[in-house]
Order: sequence, then structure tokens, then C-alpha cells
Amino acid sequence: MSDASIGAPGSYVQSQAIQAKAPPPSPTSRPWTPTRIVGTTWLTLWIVSGLGIVWFLLNSNSVALVFGGEGLLPVSLTHNAKFLTKYGEKFVSGFIITLKLVGVSMLLGVLLSIPMTFMRMSKNRVLGSIAYGYVYFFRGTPLLAQVFLIYYGAGTFREPLESVDLWWFFRDAWNCAVLAFTLNTAAYQVEILRGSIENIARGQWEAASALGLPKWVTFWKIILPQALIVSLRPYGNEIILMIKGSAIVAIITIYDLMGETRRAFSRTYDFQAYVWAAIAYLVMVETLRRAWDRIEARLTRHLKR
Amino acid sequence: MNEFFTLLSFGDMGWGDEIALGVVMTVSLALASLPFGLLLGFLLALAKKSEEPSLRAAANIYTTIFRGLPELLTLFLVYYGGQILIQQVLALFGEFYFEVNAFLAGMIALSLVFSSYASEAFLSAFRAINKGQYEGANALGLGYVQTMRLVILPQLVGLSLPALSNLWLILLKETSLVSIIGLADIIRYSNMAARTTKEPFLFFSVACMIYLVLAVISSGGISRLDAWAKRGEISR
Repeated sequence: MSDASIGAPGSYVQSQAIQAKAPPPSPTSRPWTPTRIVGTTWLTLWIVSGLGIVWFLLNSNSVALVFGGEGLLPVSLTHNAKFLTKYGEKFVSGFIITLKLVGVSMLLGVLLSIPMTFMRMSKNRVLGSIAYGYVYFFRGTPLLAQVFLIYYGAGTFREPLESVDLWWFFRDAWNCAVLAFTLNTAAYQVEILRGSIENIARGQWEAASALGLPKWVTFWKIILPQALIVSLRPYGNEIILMIKGSAIVAIITIYDLMGETRRAFSRTYDFQAYVWAAIAYLVMVETLRRAWDRIEARLTRHLKR
Repeated sequence: MNEFFTLLSFGDMGWGDEIALGVVMTVSLALASLPFGLLLGFLLALAKKSEEPSLRAAANIYTTIFRGLPELLTLFLVYYGGQILIQQVLALFGEFYFEVNAFLAGMIALSLVFSSYASEAFLSAFRAINKGQYEGANALGLGYVQTMRLVILPQLVGLSLPALSNLWLILLKETSLVSIIGLADIIRYSNMAARTTKEPFLFFSVACMIYLVLAVISSGGISRLDAWAKRGEISR
């Protein structure tokens, strides 16, 4: 609005009129600082390598556009996904085996970790040190060594195991893997549970005791619910670690996702096997992580201010 | 019992010297990956706390990938993928045969994984440092590099040490994976010994015990490091 439109020139109205505010300065382009250059280059590299992987996958399955086809459109898509038709189903079954292994050992681990946690926290010296030794051993040694120790090591005790009719259990790689993973995750879960229970303030115990609640009720109704909320995040991390760790069972001839990948690669020398496996693991872990964040946000909504 | 000692002795009859070589390999692989992992992790943490969105996004993609992939798969991707990639590049220049060194592949893979976890450790340590520290350094007229070197880093070491020492113990255990691509570490030699002598339980127990001993030694070192990092704090 120009000044001329308000009142007569030189009049009172014009002299007292408030000037219109100047429009905000047009957004200037951000300067190309070194960090921005590095960031953009890096991001570009990621995008290029992502496109490179897509191109590699399309190329290895001979996906191509053919012009001048007979269909409705003058363009059609041809492909020759020999690898995927041959190994696709196996990948899916491997994926399911991975999930099954992680699921079964997590559940058994939960069952085992509860009594072990009580042992670890008990005032009894013997029970406490047994649990401490167990946790220390399984957290201090590589999962691969534990799997080998159980799977190959059982061979040393073949005769005694046969005499008590347990050899069938250790002869099967799947049982050994589940056993090793259960023992391993239970050791980690003991520490998660113990940490979260011991972190609950003493006042909670004292207040419950002042109210005359028995210890068992206090633990079950007051301490455990709070401890479990604290331990949600470490439990989620433990599941992710188990999914990632489960890849090593491929070494003891279990055809999980990694096992199927190795088998497909050793037969075809087609590197897309590993690319598909990487995508599958990334999707699995990322989905779980995001879902877990949601679950955690939902369960702790009463703690938000 | 005596035969076990013979099997574990040094020399022609026993596997003691081979396993000792394996221990050297495991420890040197872990020690070789550590500095690269720490440096990369620190740079990643700097990128993640920068104000530049593209830099943060790029660093976050890095962490998402290398924290989401199983370590074994990362190792295979580096080992086989690196081999295929280098061979194809070399094929452009003529016929060459090239084999990726298993030690180098293990080192790269372990550094990648370590750095993505270490970046989170550094990042949370950065967040724990009070803003006043930067302002104080600024008031004293220190530049960015000086602020980092004299004010922030000494505190960062102490704050990130617990998480980093945990990562070191994980790294030490993860080195066992390189036995799968044929590097002669503790597990590899134990496996060979177990097959040859038909005493798998003995040799894998020994392997586990060695890892435990390494962990105990590391914890000792870490607690000394911790005392050193906290030397400036008031003892209560």
C-alpha cells in the first residue's frame, strides 16, 4: 500500500499513519560451509551407492526395459531372475528359521533368567557365586566359542551321554544352537533384570513395608512393574543382539538366513546373495527397533510430563 | 589328566604353541581395530552433533547400517565384496589376481562395527558435558580446536570410558568371527586341535578360558585407565 492512498498529502492522517512493515528479507541460500560440503558429499555417496546396489540387483537379475512390445504399452519389463526363483523360497525359510531360533531361545532365556536372577541376588554365598560364575562365563566368552563348546564339545562325552539317553539331543545342531543361545541370552538377561531391580529406590521397599505388605507382594506388585519398565530398552537391545548373533549358527550347518545365504553364494558365486541377506537383516533389525520404540513410548506414557 | 597336559604343552606333541600364536593373532587384531574404530567413532559423533542436517543424516545412515547388520555378515561383505570389487576394478586395467588379506578384512569390518557403536558412546558423553564448559572456554578466548583439546576431550575420555570399555570387551569377543574367513586366531587353532586330537571339549574350554583371561586382564587395564581419567576429580 503506497503512502499516497492514506489521507491527503501532508495531512495529519498521513503523518501519523504507521508505516507498513518491510517484508522479511528473502531467504538467502545457506553458505557452503566446509561441514555442509562434507555432509552433502557424504550423503551423495550414500545415495549413489544405494542406487549402485539397486542397479547391481537389477543387473544381476537381467531386468531390462524392452521397447516396442506387443502388450498394451509399447514398453515392457523383462527379467531373468534365475537366482531369485531358485533361492528365493530358501531365503524365506532361512528367515523363518532365524526368527524361530531367536524367539525360542529368548523365551527359554526368560524362563531360565528368572531363577538365575534370584540366585544371583540371594544372600546365600554358594548360590550367589554359582550364578555369578555362570553370568561371567557366558558374558565373557564369544558366542561362537560357546556354540562350538556345546556342539563339538558334546562329542567328548558321547558315551556317558548315550548311557543316559541324551545323545540324540546333542547330536542335533539345532538343539545345540538353541541350548547355547538360551544359556547366553539368559546370562545377559540376568544382568538386565538384576540391574533394574536393584535400581529401584529403597524407599519403595520401605514404604511397602510401612504399609504392612509382605515382601512377596511388594516384589510382585511394586518392584517388578517398575523394574520391567526400566528394563524395556535393554531387553529390546538384547533381542537385536540375538538376531545379529544368530547369524553364526550357519557355521554349525543350520540353514538360517545366513546359512541359506552362504549355501547360495557357494553354489552360484553370485554376490547378490549377500546383498539380499544384508537387506533382510537390516529390515528385520530396523523394524524391531522402531516397533520397540513405539511399545516403549506406549508403556511409559504415564511417566511423561 | 597327564595326557591333557601333553596336549596343551608347547612343542611337537602339544598344541600350546599354536594356541599361543592364536592368542597373539586375536589380541593384535583387536588392538589394530581399536584406534581406527575410536577415531572413526569420534568423527561420527562430531558429525552427529553438528548443526548441518545433511552431515547428521549421513552419519545416522552409517550407524543404522553397521549396527543393524550382523557382524558376521559385515565381515563377509567386506571380505568377499571387497575381493569382487577390487578384482573388477583391476580387470579394467588388465588381468590381475588379487586376494583380500583376511586380517585386513577383519580389521576393516571390526572397525566399522566398533565405530558405529563408539559414536553413540561419544555422543552421549558429549551431551553430558555442560554447555557452560563451551561458554567458559569461549570467554577465555579459546578457539574451537583449543576448546576441544583442552576442555572437552579430557572430560569426554572420562565420561565415555565405561561405554567404550564395554565395547572393547565386545570387540575382543567379536574377533572370534575372523576364524570363519580363515584367520588363525584362538578359535581356529582350537578347532584344528579339536579335530586332530578328538578332544573338542578340552580345546574349546581352553579357548573360552583364554577369552575370560583376556577379559580379566582388560578389566584390570580399564580400571587403571579409569583412575587416570578421573585423576582431576575430587575424591569423595
